Amino acid sequence: MAAWTPDQPLLRLADVHKSFGAVEVLKGVGFDVMKGEVVCIIGPSGSGKSTILRCINALVPIDRGSILVEGQEVNDPRLDKLALRRKVGMVFQQYNLFPHKTALQNVMMAPLQVLKQDKAEVEARAHRLMAKVRLQDKEQSYPGELSGGQQQRVAIARSLAMNPELMLFDEVTAALDPETVKEVLVTIRELAEEGMTCVLVTHEMGFAREVGDHIYFTDRGVIVEHGPPKEFFARASDPRTRQFLDQIL
Amino acid sequence: MSGGRILPVILPPGARGATGGPWRAPTLRARHGAVLVLALLLAVGAAEAAAEPGRPSILGTLWRWTPLLLEGFVFNIAISLLAMAIGTVAGLAVGLGLISPNPGVRGVSWCLTQLFRNAPWLVLLFFVMFLLPFEFRVGGVTIPFPGWIKATLGFALPVMANTAEIVRGAIQSIPYGQWEAAESLAFSRRRTLWTIILPQCVKRMLPPWMNLYSLVAMATVQASVVGVTEMLTLVSEVHAAEGGRPELLAPLYGYALLCFFLYCYPIGRLTARLERRFQVRI
Repeated sequence: MAAWTPDQPLLRLADVHKSFGAVEVLKGVGFDVMKGEVVCIIGPSGSGKSTILRCINALVPIDRGSILVEGQEVNDPRLDKLALRRKVGMVFQQYNLFPHKTALQNVMMAPLQVLKQDKAEVEARAHRLMAKVRLQDKEQSYPGELSGGQQQRVAIARSLAMNPELMLFDEVTAALDPETVKEVLVTIRELAEEGMTCVLVTHEMGFAREVGDHIYFTDRGVIVEHGPPKEFFARASDPRTRQFLDQIL
Repeated sequence: MSGGRILPVILPPGARGATGGPWRAPTLRARHGAVLVLALLLAVGAAEAAAEPGRPSILGTLWRWTPLLLEGFVFNIAISLLAMAIGTVAGLAVGLGLISPNPGVRGVSWCLTQLFRNAPWLVLLFFVMFLLPFEFRVGGVTIPFPGWIKATLGFALPVMANTAEIVRGAIQSIPYGQWEAAESLAFSRRRTLWTIILPQCVKRMLPPWMNLYSLVAMATVQASVVGVTEMLTLVSEVHAAEGGRPELLAPLYGYALLCFFLYCYPIGRLTARLERRFQVRI
């Protein structure tokens, strides 16, 4: 296979199928994400949004189809999963910080232990990342001492510490109260403005409209409709999309 | 309804027990020990009254044999500590085997756990005593294998099986999100286990593990049945040496009882305290 070049999609999904037992969750999903693009996936619960993200970094194996990250096939038994996950960062709805480590240690752990990078260098980067998410005064706090929004920002910093090419956000504000949602969204927007490639699963329509380059609407395992945010929100034509948007907006 | 606006399905706080206040498990307290001491003194008093005149006093007899009896008790503690150490190391390995992705390893670990967890300790002890030789020969050198070491191994087997279950339970009680987060940060399974999952398990494992130790300490007296000289064996020998006077039975065995209580009671208290502390701060 020819080497990946930046003019090709950073992420390409084609005809992805995935079943959990008898339930087919993804029935042929496909889309491209170019480097620096911010893609938002919206849709009703149970439409397979989160599963798409989990498939991209191989947390969940797919049954059929192809997922290419920088030209590397994820749906390949010989895939070096650890190499893939160094390129793909993921942030979860439930933060999933490591409760026995301080915020700073959470950020430093993976680069130190997985990438075996130099400690002083990792620590300097961790300090920068904590400042970037505006939590430099919480570096020594344990996750249990932080609010939900603060924990989620530490989780973002923790993923960024691996210098990923692609960030996946899985309903990262769904467990937060409306006030703290804002501080997390600000962090993600700054990231997007710096040119980070992001795939977000979100229910924040306002944020998707503002930050997203492209919106995909999924329902029952397929992409029903997609387009740039302006067009998408103004001219969505499929009845399922309309119904969903009417409920949310 | 007298409760006014209180919903019938949601009871007001503290209304769970008849006495009010949240239910709390009964714990061992110092006064329970005082009851034991009192029982021992009563037994001594009764024995003193029943003794024929001219015999040495019961308390004097107990005092005279104390060094020997305590020597035996130290042996009980040594057996329990050693069995616990061996059993814990083996149990950690078997417990990790129980969650191994390899079905073969998982199967063997499961068999070991079920076999040694569901067999009476005394039966295991007999098996180990009579299946292992009393000495090994390695290249002309004879290494003796005394009974108390065999007994220690006999106790280590159930400790291993119970520790394995404690380890498995603790690992599986850690939310799955921790594994996913570590996986997405490119941690390998082994590294996730050792640096993220197990450190969080220690707190959860400590109370049941200490509880297990108390049980082992008390079970060591079973070694007397298979001929290991420990405290209970010595108590019976002392009784014989004192002419088998029936009035000595209650004071002597009461004395042994008290020794074990004084040893296990602080462990029990500490376990209860740790459990309470970890309950609030997960």
